[in-house]
Amino acid sequence: MAYLELKNVCKTYEDASGGTEVLSNINLTIEEGEFVAIVGFTGSGKTTLVNLINGLIKPTSGEVLFKGVPVTDTSHERGVIFQNYSLLPWLTVGQNVYMAVKEAFPKESKEKLQAIVKDYVAMVSLSPAINKRPKELSGGMRQRVAVARALAMNPEMIIMDEPLGALDALTRGNLQDEILNIWSKDKRTALLITNDVDEGIYMADRIIPLKPGPNATLGPEFTIDIERPRDKTSLNDNETYKKNRNAIIEYLMDIGNERKSVSNETYELPEISPKSFVA
Amino acid sequence: MKQSITLNKITQLMGFGFLKPITALFTGKPQKEDVVNFLKKIIVPLLSILLFLGVWQGGSTALFNKEANFKIEKALADQGQAAADEMKACIASGEISCQPNTLPSPSQVWASFKTLLEDHKVISADKLAFKEKTAAMNEKRVAAGKEPITYTGRPSFVDQIFTSLKTVFAGFLLALVIAVPIGVVIGLSTTLRSSFNWLIQIFKPVSPVVWLLLVFMIVKTLTKDSNSDSAFIISFISVGLCSMWATLVNTAMGVSSVDKDYINVAKVLKLGPMQKVFKVILPSSLPLIFTGLRITLSVAWMVLIAIELLAQSPGLGSFVWEEFQNGAIDSNSKIIVAMFIIGIIGFLLDRIMLTIQNMVSFNKNEGV
Repeated sequence: MAYLELKNVCKTYEDASGGTEVLSNINLTIEEGEFVAIVGFTGSGKTTLVNLINGLIKPTSGEVLFKGVPVTDTSHERGVIFQNYSLLPWLTVGQNVYMAVKEAFPKESKEKLQAIVKDYVAMVSLSPAINKRPKELSGGMRQRVAVARALAMNPEMIIMDEPLGALDALTRGNLQDEILNIWSKDKRTALLITNDVDEGIYMADRIIPLKPGPNATLGPEFTIDIERPRDKTSLNDNETYKKNRNAIIEYLMDIGNERKSVSNETYELPEISPKSFVA
Repeated sequence: MKQSITLNKITQLMGFGFLKPITALFTGKPQKEDVVNFLKKIIVPLLSILLFLGVWQGGSTALFNKEANFKIEKALADQGQAAADEMKACIASGEISCQPNTLPSPSQVWASFKTLLEDHKVISADKLAFKEKTAAMNEKRVAAGKEPITYTGRPSFVDQIFTSLKTVFAGFLLALVIAVPIGVVIGLSTTLRSSFNWLIQIFKPVSPVVWLLLVFMIVKTLTKDSNSDSAFIISFISVGLCSMWATLVNTAMGVSSVDKDYINVAKVLKLGPMQKVFKVILPSSLPLIFTGLRITLSVAWMVLIAIELLAQSPGLGSFVWEEFQNGAIDSNSKIIVAMFIIGIIGFLLDRIMLTIQNMVSFNKNEGV
């Protein structure tokens, strides 16, 4: 039995004009301990897919099975790191994490919970900022808080929705390593949604492209057979890396072009020419 | 340097940003910019006050002359030249009996303000003396199980201010206690929101006077067999009912428009319904709630005067009305004094609320 399984999942958003099918026929299996990345264009329905898996929304048809049981609601077993951090601005870093920990372990004593909070804040190296509010932190620090919050609940699976999308390249690289570190420590299952192919190849075991929506569906998967821990600098010369990277990008470009050619509308251009002021 | 930073922060938070040039001048080394700022932000406003006083002075002189001429002409037409001359001399001499009754000049208003303060001193002294005189007797009366004798003399202007503040705060608290919980409940449920919307929309624009009459109908019957101070009860309930709508609407809006991200967080953390309300929804709508409360307080202060005037409840409103009915030579200037006091207190109340509002508010994008 697969750890996480999506069977023919479709999701339609109803609106006045009938509705648009954002995702259609998504089939995906993730085994325990795997790190899977889904890459796709912005607006291709990646966030919808994440929300289906973490239980925030329900599929219109098809099934999402987590350890063989249909997902009907959110669960502490699946920790989520949101695209836009979603920290509560009126709470400090510690309080933000504490809130999650308290929900995940309702029976533990306050001291124990505080200790957990401290550990996880230290893990993302934010101990000096534990009493600061999100507005006093940089984007990267905020995302690290979000990572700490998700992990402090000790989820079996981490779902990341473009967690590093808004960060600069340097911070991004550091956080990628941090996330990988945490993941490899106790081999949790991880699902990473990203729009960065390099990030996917660097971090994941498998990469699955998501064709752009509406009617988005998953493309063929690419297995990344590179030894861990991977080294960013030597990765550039790695044959498997190059091959996979080219294949994925080519695939994405192709479907991107396909999408463009769908539009048959031609526009009539007005007959105007620049006026010469010299003559 | 650190001192000046905290000082700046406090003035900024209180919405007294316009004081910054002063603090800049007196804390640390003044720069050329600071001097320009000082001129721009302090001197020019001061000039505007002078201009205001000048226009006021000119206007009141013109009105005074018009009224005086009218009086003299009337005397001339009714009683002849001699009476007209007498009237002219009488007005010029400043005799109280024949002064034209019109808009008072700034100096008259200032004089009345001082009179009112004097009056307050006299009355307080009187009160104190009364208290000392009756202290022994009151002790006996209380021992005998009778009500103590209390001072029943005329309240001073300052007493009236405090009575008004008491009423407005009672009304404000009532509005807070009613509007915030209802606003939260309505904000949480779209069904309730749409079913109660008509009620809010209809009652929101109702005039304070009508609210007063409604409250009067109800409270009059309820307090029939008690001798409690029904005028106070009526006025503070009316103030509360008039002013609560802004808070109600703002709270409902704040609660219903909580950022979707926060709701998702609450869902992912699996917060219970109560926790979701108290830990996520309420904190995130606090800025809007306080915006509502700020409007409520200023509306409460504004309608209070009208309500006191009608409800015969002591306070600034009845002070204004009594002075108007009184028609003494300095009544008009006392009314203007009350006007300024009302304005200044309203401004201070607004600043207090603004300070609190700035303290609880956060930028929507801070957590993002």
